[in-house]
Amino acid sequence: MKYIDEYREGRIVQSLAARIASQTTRPWRLMEICGGQTHTIMRYGLDELLPASIRLVHGPGCPVCVTPLEVVDKAIEIASTPDVTFVSYGDMLRVPGSRNDLFRVRAAGGDVRIVYSPMDAVKLARAMPHRRVVFFGIGFETTAPPNAMAVWEARRANLTNFSMLASHVLVPPAIRLLLGSPGNEVQGFIAPGHVCTVMGYWQYEQLCRDFQVPIVVGGFEPADLMKAVSMLVAQLEEGRVELENQYARSVCREGNLAAQRIMADVFEVCDRKWRGIGMIPQSGLALRLEFASWDAERIFDVTGVTADEPAECISAQVLRGLKRPTDCPAFGVRCLPENPMGAPMVSAEGACAAYYQYRRHSIR
Amino acid sequence: MCLAVPGEILTTEDYGGNRIARVRFGGITRQAFLDFVPEAEVGDYVMVHVGFAISRVDAEEARRTYEALEALGLLEPEPGTEE
Amino acid sequence: MLEAQNSIGQLVCPAPLPAGGQVLLGHGSGGRLSADLVRDVFLAAFHNPILARMDDQAIVSVNGSRLAFTTDTFVVKPLFFPGGDIGSLAVHGTVNDLAMGGAQPLFLSAAFIIEEGLSIETLRTVVGSLQQAASAAAVQVVTGDTKVVERGSGDGLFINTSGIGLVPDGVQLSACRARPGDRVLLSGPIGEHGIAIMARREGLEFDCDLVSDSAALHTLVADMLAASREIRCLRDPTRGGVSSTLNEIASQAGVGIEIEECSIPVREEVKGACEMLGLDPLYVANEGKLIAIVAQEAAEVVLDAMQRHALGGQSAIIGTVTAAHPGLVTMRTTVGCSRIVDMLAGDQLPRIC
Repeated sequence: MKYIDEYREGRIVQSLAARIASQTTRPWRLMEICGGQTHTIMRYGLDELLPASIRLVHGPGCPVCVTPLEVVDKAIEIASTPDVTFVSYGDMLRVPGSRNDLFRVRAAGGDVRIVYSPMDAVKLARAMPHRRVVFFGIGFETTAPPNAMAVWEARRANLTNFSMLASHVLVPPAIRLLLGSPGNEVQGFIAPGHVCTVMGYWQYEQLCRDFQVPIVVGGFEPADLMKAVSMLVAQLEEGRVELENQYARSVCREGNLAAQRIMADVFEVCDRKWRGIGMIPQSGLALRLEFASWDAERIFDVTGVTADEPAECISAQVLRGLKRPTDCPAFGVRCLPENPMGAPMVSAEGACAAYYQYRRHSIR
Repeated sequence: MCLAVPGEILTTEDYGGNRIARVRFGGITRQAFLDFVPEAEVGDYVMVHVGFAISRVDAEEARRTYEALEALGLLEPEPGTEE
Repeated sequence: MLEAQNSIGQLVCPAPLPAGGQVLLGHGSGGRLSADLVRDVFLAAFHNPILARMDDQAIVSVNGSRLAFTTDTFVVKPLFFPGGDIGSLAVHGTVNDLAMGGAQPLFLSAAFIIEEGLSIETLRTVVGSLQQAASAAAVQVVTGDTKVVERGSGDGLFINTSGIGLVPDGVQLSACRARPGDRVLLSGPIGEHGIAIMARREGLEFDCDLVSDSAALHTLVADMLAASREIRCLRDPTRGGVSSTLNEIASQAGVGIEIEECSIPVREEVKGACEMLGLDPLYVANEGKLIAIVAQEAAEVVLDAMQRHALGGQSAIIGTVTAAHPGLVTMRTTVGCSRIVDMLAGDQLPRIC
């Protein structure tokens, strides 16, 4: 497949690894933000190719993992309502709430369905006027414009039986929090290439300047990520602090203006709690008041039941890159993909799940 | 966050004021909305996320990126043969 | 840990089922949840040496002849899909389970659980399809059963087929025979059945020319056994894909398995669909493929026999059995690094991330 296969060529990836090894004279700690990038690194074993002095830590870039517990509980309550057809992206179905998850709601008789695109949820609403169709609108900035279009279309078509439970999160405030926290040891960032495809990279230039940390916008294929690491290491070794764009075939400075427009029309910035991290001000998106009739939060009077995460779960520290999944005493023992204690064990892009699925044997 | 896949636009058609495309990913095709990339044309490659094109792949940039990577591959010694 | 008592007051093996105590769809996915359910509920109850081997079929001795005996239930939705339907699948699945034991399939039973309201026309079509598949595979449906359940209790139609076949003398196929040094052979491109079904699934639809690879493999197996008897084990990678099957073999035999990503054949349709949905073809179901563990010295000869057969044209050697990391399957990726090919907990889910 064009624009995929050529970035997976072994020869190119190996020579980038050799280049990084020759560039590196000191230890460096780098973070990639996006769950999709974590997935590629784990799935291809790229961190095995890096010199031991380069430590790659994984940031909170899995929207599935950081969806607040309260929101998951609300989703479960709504999905358990008899006349509701609850529609979601696949990866949310296994995320544990306080006592339950959407899969178990389905097992108990709830109408829970998976779609690839939010427009498929709108299509379902049109086809089932007698059901209330609720779409679970999660994701980072990449997914916000498509989710916004679904609500926009529902309003345009006056679909009174469609609503969205919106729980979006924004990347730059999270990076700001990470970089600003006292224990931070991250020296360079790989910024999320598809978030930047939508938003551009001007926000990351600000972060670069404010915190004096090099940032490279990276793609998602093995060669992209290795090149991004190489560019970061070059900056660090040379003492430069810049924003560089490795993923120029998809990302430009301003981003996608049409996508940003629909996001601004439908959503407004709000405070958001990130599961495993806590409240980050102005880090979320919620539906604007004029879309109240399509806002499941307002339509469904659900309080949600909140309990704390199991005390053993160190996902807070994993999501901030302070600990690795393998540092957790419950990892692979009590906390498993089929019985996750915290969100990073649930979806394939969560750091803990990725480590478990791809790397267990080299750990002990 | 963000599984977006490059696909080739095979056809486009009007869809209530915007355009919808039939996009090929390897051996399958699926429709994708072009609301965010209205300038995309048949033959272009677009990055598609949850059924929406979010960018048009800049073929020139892609070629530059790939050629730079390839050149690196030719310059670097084969792994295991250095020192 | 729970300790359970069975009906005659004996303590049985404590079963650490996941919290919640409900059967989930994931328990039927062929992945780790399925394995746990089988181990904790079924094996715990039915323990005997034949069952303990956990091959795709049971080989039993009756008056000097060895019979292969197996059963399978088909719950596929939709009932009709490109390349087949629940009827043909019900034959192929059971014939293949017998064939994986090296048996010549002979007789099938067919039990139907029909949801009230299913059209008789649909039933006739499915039964016709089943008969055609049986006839093509030279097996006879010699007994059966019919039940009708209330509307809303079934997905239209479920079919169970059980089968018996005769195992030739000297043929001993079982996962526990795999040993370090053996080669892993795969009979063709992976993921066709699962992707063909997914293409029609509401919410995930896409267009492709792919049809299910559903097929009876017993003549392929016969050719392979004629080429060499140094075949240790045969398995067909159905639900849970190649990954689940390799993990089962590794776990049952107490060996490690190493595979090469670049040697695994994958069609463009499967690749495109998997890229779009964020799926890994290694976990997608097949219905007309087999995995063979073959002694190293016989691998080329068996591969040749497979490639000459209509159903094995793209057969390939994809890996090796090793003494390292027993019970684990690893893969050398296209970029040259190694990673685990784990069993999934439940079904593989499309992802956005």
